[in-house]
Amino acid sequence: MAEIRVVHYLNQFFGQIGGEEKADITPFSQEGPVGPGTALQKELASDIKIVGTVICGDTYFNENIEAAADKITSLVAGFKPDLLIAGPAFNAGRYGMACGAVCKAVQEKLNIPVVTGMYEENPGADMYKKDVYIVKTGNSAAQMRKAIPALAKLAMRLVRGEALGSSAEEGYLARGVRKNVFHKQRGSARAVEMLLQKIKGETFATEYPMPVFDRVSPRPAIKDLSKAKLALVTSGGIVPKGNPDHIESSSASKFGRYDITGVNDLTKETYETAHGGYDPIYANEDADRVLPVDVLRQLEKEKAIGSLHNFYYATVGNGTSIANAKKYAHAIGEELKKEKVAGIILTST
Amino acid sequence: MVKELEDVVDVPVVHICTVVPISLTVGANRIDPAVAIPHPLGNPKLSPDEEFALRRHIVENALRALTTDVSEQTVFEMP
Repeated sequence: MAEIRVVHYLNQFFGQIGGEEKADITPFSQEGPVGPGTALQKELASDIKIVGTVICGDTYFNENIEAAADKITSLVAGFKPDLLIAGPAFNAGRYGMACGAVCKAVQEKLNIPVVTGMYEENPGADMYKKDVYIVKTGNSAAQMRKAIPALAKLAMRLVRGEALGSSAEEGYLARGVRKNVFHKQRGSARAVEMLLQKIKGETFATEYPMPVFDRVSPRPAIKDLSKAKLALVTSGGIVPKGNPDHIESSSASKFGRYDITGVNDLTKETYETAHGGYDPIYANEDADRVLPVDVLRQLEKEKAIGSLHNFYYATVGNGTSIANAKKYAHAIGEELKKEKVAGIILTST
Repeated sequence: MVKELEDVVDVPVVHICTVVPISLTVGANRIDPAVAIPHPLGNPKLSPDEEFALRRHIVENALRALTTDVSEQTVFEMP
């Protein structure tokens, strides 16, 4: 049987070059397996050989994503591989981003199966799980001994062209691909069975896990609105015309803070929406439809509220991860706390 | 974002949003339902004056939420 050729992608640390001080190294390749590649080789069948390893610094990669991915793809191609394995990256964010990006680029340009492994919360997982197979690993390299066999197993199935089962069955991160399958028992029967198990307090397995959201305790009501300073925040992407901070239309990487001192009304000449997740036509005509500055200024004039804070905050909620949304809100919150704001209105579309 | 702001600033936060079930699932404590996704606080079918009045209604409802004590998640339907 012809040998199956594999290339392994590693960062500077696992590639045995060095730590953070070497995170800026540019991509290069060498023959055979390196570092964890040796353990990986042992888990692969005898006809599957790691013929080469490509190594790149995590910082270099993330600061030069396109150029690095291109260079790495060429280096990978030089080995004439049948399969690429990257990482595992565990929870290392830059490494996970690199593994995901390299896998995606190689998959697209070289048209060979690719696979990587990382922890669920790795930003690379969020970014690339829909594009490439990512084996679920623990959150640190202390779990290397479990991650390597899992990675090898999925890699072998992929390169042999075997049909894969669900993410739960095969141990990869759910890609959000829904596949219709025939179940021997029909849905209504399964639903009733599950409900009965739930009622009886027995354990049951959901067919569709809901993401878990935590709760916060509701704060006490404002006692005197006429003395209250209120702040406006929006995830609807309302920004000054021209989007000066270039807030992205999806997967926003930042939020903006905008001065509305003396602004009593948002107009189509002065404001727009940056949000790519809803039809912008109405918000572009009149941004008050998403960020009600005009009404709040009116209420301020009538002394129904103490004041409208002269700065509003905006980001784009489209495709923004929970983690990022929380991060931006945390930073915004720290600023509003200093301003002694009494209440906040957050608008979303 | 609503929850993080409430926790960090330690003041009531009201979420004016269109897709209330999402806000509920995520855990906002005070929710003020809005009109539509592309214009939560507006309605282009109305005249400018009518639209302003509608927007004012929704905002006043939000203020009602901010001045009402709640012990659990509460959707403040328009009265």
